[in-house]
Amino acid sequence: MHMADALLAPAVATTMYAATAVTTGASIKALKKDDNMEKLPTMAVASALVFAGQMINYTIPGTGSSGHLCGGMMLSALLGPQAGFLSMVVILAIQCLFFADGGLLALGANCWNMAFYGCFIGYCFLWRPIVGSRLFGRMGAKGAARARIVLASVLGCVITLQMGAFSVVLETAVSGISELPLGVFAGIMQPIHLAIGLVEGLITSAVLLFVYEARPELLMDVDPSAAGRGRCSLKTTLIILAVAVAIVGGALSLFASSDPDGLEWSMFGNAESGYSANMGLDEEDYGVSSGAAEVAGSIQEKTAFLPDYAFADSDGAAGTTVSGLVGSAIVAGVAVVICMAGGFFRKRKRDS
Amino acid sequence: MDRLSHARSELQEMDALAAADSPVHRLHPLCKLLLTMLYIVTVVSFPKYDFSGLVIMVLYPVLLFQAAGIPVGLCFYRLRIVLPLVCAVGLANPFLDPTPLTRLGTMVITGGVVSMATLMLKGVFSLMASFLLIATTPIDTLCAALRKIHIPGILVTLLLLTYRYIGVMLEQVSVMTEAYRLRAPGQKGIHSSAWGSFLGQLLLRSMDRAEELYHSMLLRGFQGEFYYADMPNCRASSVIFMLFGAAAVLFARLVPVVSLLGSLFVR
Repeated sequence: MHMADALLAPAVATTMYAATAVTTGASIKALKKDDNMEKLPTMAVASALVFAGQMINYTIPGTGSSGHLCGGMMLSALLGPQAGFLSMVVILAIQCLFFADGGLLALGANCWNMAFYGCFIGYCFLWRPIVGSRLFGRMGAKGAARARIVLASVLGCVITLQMGAFSVVLETAVSGISELPLGVFAGIMQPIHLAIGLVEGLITSAVLLFVYEARPELLMDVDPSAAGRGRCSLKTTLIILAVAVAIVGGALSLFASSDPDGLEWSMFGNAESGYSANMGLDEEDYGVSSGAAEVAGSIQEKTAFLPDYAFADSDGAAGTTVSGLVGSAIVAGVAVVICMAGGFFRKRKRDS
Repeated sequence: MDRLSHARSELQEMDALAAADSPVHRLHPLCKLLLTMLYIVTVVSFPKYDFSGLVIMVLYPVLLFQAAGIPVGLCFYRLRIVLPLVCAVGLANPFLDPTPLTRLGTMVITGGVVSMATLMLKGVFSLMASFLLIATTPIDTLCAALRKIHIPGILVTLLLLTYRYIGVMLEQVSVMTEAYRLRAPGQKGIHSSAWGSFLGQLLLRSMDRAEELYHSMLLRGFQGEFYYADMPNCRASSVIFMLFGAAAVLFARLVPVVSLLGSLFVR
C-alpha cells in the first residue's frame, strides 16, 4: 500500500502532508500533556519490533501461504493511539528513507493511509469499545476478555485496511485524470485488502493474546484482574476465531457479489495471494511463498493506479519533436561522460 | 533468513556510505533536505507527455553522485528490488492511451508510450534523489536538521532511537528465526501454534529492556531531548549551493533546455 512519488500530484501530496502534520502535532501535544516522556524508549523499541516483526513469515494453516503483522493496531493496543501513531510515522519514514519503500513526497499520504486509520479509527471506534464492553459475558471473565481481544484486532485490521485502501483510490483519482474509473479501481483494491486485513488481524490477535496471558497490564483498556483467573482452552479460542472468520467472510462474499466483473475477478484471483500488503519491507518475498506471484501482485498494484500524475493543466505539449529527441540524446551523452569522468577520478584517487 | 540479513546489511552499508567525506557530504544537511524536496516536486510536476523536457533533470543526481564519490551504478544496484516496481507504474498506459502523438520513421509513437516513459523517468529520478540524500547524510545530522526546521523533538528522538533499535531487533529476530528453523526443519514460516509466543516473547523482553534503558538515559541527564553536538555550522557555501541548485532546477523546469539544445543541431 506504499505509494510512490510519481503516483501523486504535488498538490495532493502537500495536502496529505498537512493532514499528517496536524495529526502528529495533536498527538505530540496529547503525549506532552500526560508528561509521558518515559514512554519514548518503549515506543522506539515497539516500533523497531514491528519493523523487524514484519519480516517474519507466519504460515497460514491449510494453505501454502503466509501472512504478516499489522503494525497500527498492535502499536495502538500497546501504547495508545497517539503514541502508536507517532511510532507508525517513524516506521514509515525509515522505510521511505532507507529502503525506498514509498516516496519521500508521498510520505504524508502513506502516513495517513496506513497510520491514521489503524491507530485512531482502529483504537477509538473498535479496540476501546469492544475490549471495554461486556461482550461474550457468558464465557467467563478470562474467556470473554480473550474473545474481545480477538474480535477487536480482527475487525480493527480489516476495517482500517479497507479505509486505507479506499484512501489510496481517492488520492489517485484526485491526483490526475485516471483512465480507470474510480469504481473499478476501488473494486480491485477493496477485496484484496479484505483478505489481507483478515490474515493480519489474526496474527495481530495471536500476539496480543500472548501479551494478555503473560502481562495483561501492558494492554490498553483491558482489565488485568481477570487474566489470572480461570483457564481458557484452545478450543474456545478456535471457536472465537471461526466466528470472526465467518463474520468477515460473509462481508467478503457480500462485497464480491455486488461487483461481479470478470476482469476484476481475474485480477483478484492472481493478486490476492501475492498482493503486497500493509507495511511490507521489501517486495521480494513478501506475502506469499511464490516469488513470481508476489512480483505479479506488486506490479498489479502499481499498474492499477493508472498514473497520469501531472499537474491538472499539463496535457498536450507533446515533447517528442525531433529537436527534443536530439537534445535528450545530448543530455544523456553528457550524463554518461560525467559518470565516466567521476569513475576516472575516483580510480586515480585510489591509486595515488 | 534471507530478507532479514539483507535488510541488516543494507542498513550497515548505508551508514558506511553516509560516514564518508566529500563536498556533498560536507554540505549542510538542511540545505540538502530542502533541495531534494524541491527537486522531487519539480520532477513530478512535469507534464505527462514532456519526456524530452524531463530528461535534463538527470543531470542533478548524476552530477551530485560524482561529486559525492558514489558510483551511479551503486544506487541502481541497491535499489534493484524497488526500481522494477517503480518502473511498472506506467505499463498499462500504452494500452489505455493509443492516440498517435508523433512518428519516428515509419513507427507511430502513441501518447501512452510517451507518458509511460515519462512516468518511469519521474519515478527513477525521485528515487535517485532520495538515495543521494540518505547516502551522503548520516542519520544524526539529518535528525539535527529536522530539529532545525522545528520538527517536534519527540518525533525526531523517536526516529533516532527507532533507527538505532532496528539493527538490534533485526539481529534478535534473525537469531530467533534461525533457532526456530533448526528445530522445525522443512517448515515454511512460523506455525500457527507459535504465532503469538514468537513475537510476543521478544516484545515483552524488549519492553522491559526499554524501561531500564530509559532509566539509564535519565541518569545521564536526558530531559526529553538529545543534544546534537556534531551539527555542522551552516556555512555560506552550503546556502549558495542550495540557492544555485534551486535556481537551476526551476530553470530546467521552466525553460525547455533540451529542445533548445537539440534545435542547435537540427534546423
